[in-house]
Amino acid sequence: MWFEQVVFWALAVVAIGGAVGVVMVRDLFRAALLLATVFVAVGGFYVMMNAEFLAVVQILIYVGAIAVLFIFGVMLTRDVRQGNTPNRLQIPAALVSVLLLAAMLFTAVTTDWTTLAGLGLESQSQIAQTQAVGIPDASSLAASGLSAQEVESIAGGGLADLLIGEFVLPFEAVSLLLLAAAIGGLALARGRGR
Amino acid sequence: MSLESMLVIAAVLFCIGLYGALARKNFIAVLMSIELMFNGVNLTLVAMGRWVAPYAVQETLSAVLTGQVFAVFIITVAAAEIALGLGIVFAMFRTNESVDLTDAAAMRH
Repeated sequence: MWFEQVVFWALAVVAIGGAVGVVMVRDLFRAALLLATVFVAVGGFYVMMNAEFLAVVQILIYVGAIAVLFIFGVMLTRDVRQGNTPNRLQIPAALVSVLLLAAMLFTAVTTDWTTLAGLGLESQSQIAQTQAVGIPDASSLAASGLSAQEVESIAGGGLADLLIGEFVLPFEAVSLLLLAAAIGGLALARGRGR
Repeated sequence: MSLESMLVIAAVLFCIGLYGALARKNFIAVLMSIELMFNGVNLTLVAMGRWVAPYAVQETLSAVLTGQVFAVFIITVAAAEIALGLGIVFAMFRTNESVDLTDAAAMRH
């Protein structure tokens, strides 16, 4: 498993170093490029967490669309030379961020996630069973004792089934939101009287 | 690679983004920092779906993928936010001749 460790630490260094660069680098164009590398590293994390569809979406939407939009935005506004300067709130902002980071790290490290999640289960055997299932893939699902229909729905396009089935209302709401945002963005960028 | 290490990385990404969103003058830099925060949240959701949800499910396993569904919705909302945000950036640049947020205290033309 040493290979997984190496990939994980490489992605972690790229993601966090890139994020620091996005905030600290003075040249906004370079900040936009660093932002794209952070997006790629996060996509790598998705692959490592068995979320391949999300990794593809991450590359397509974040790297392909959002990073390119940022580069257009940087180039179309003339403040590039002035760059990425801090405002007067620098010290309070750093203080708030560090405090929040300390609180989140404390919670993440000290919480016993396995017992917390296991509270709803009745017996150790059930925990062992769900542990064996892990994230859905066909072979482990077959051994999990679920009905054939459930195994089918999870192993074959479970995400799509959820999006069109259980979450169809938020799905439609988000499509409306995208339409409204596209029209609003056009109206804002076009300006008045033209 | 474990749940804790993933949560730590997500928290660091989120807090770097928070600092950038609070402490930068340039509108586009603030939008970039907000994208960093979105990515931290998405990492947390997917990590929870990967390590915590499989323990918690009892009858149906659809709960395992709920974290990823939420991440998809967040990515969509982030895309909409950037489309609107850059529209506002261009409108502001046309009226103010700058994208400096300290000049943007007034909402009139």
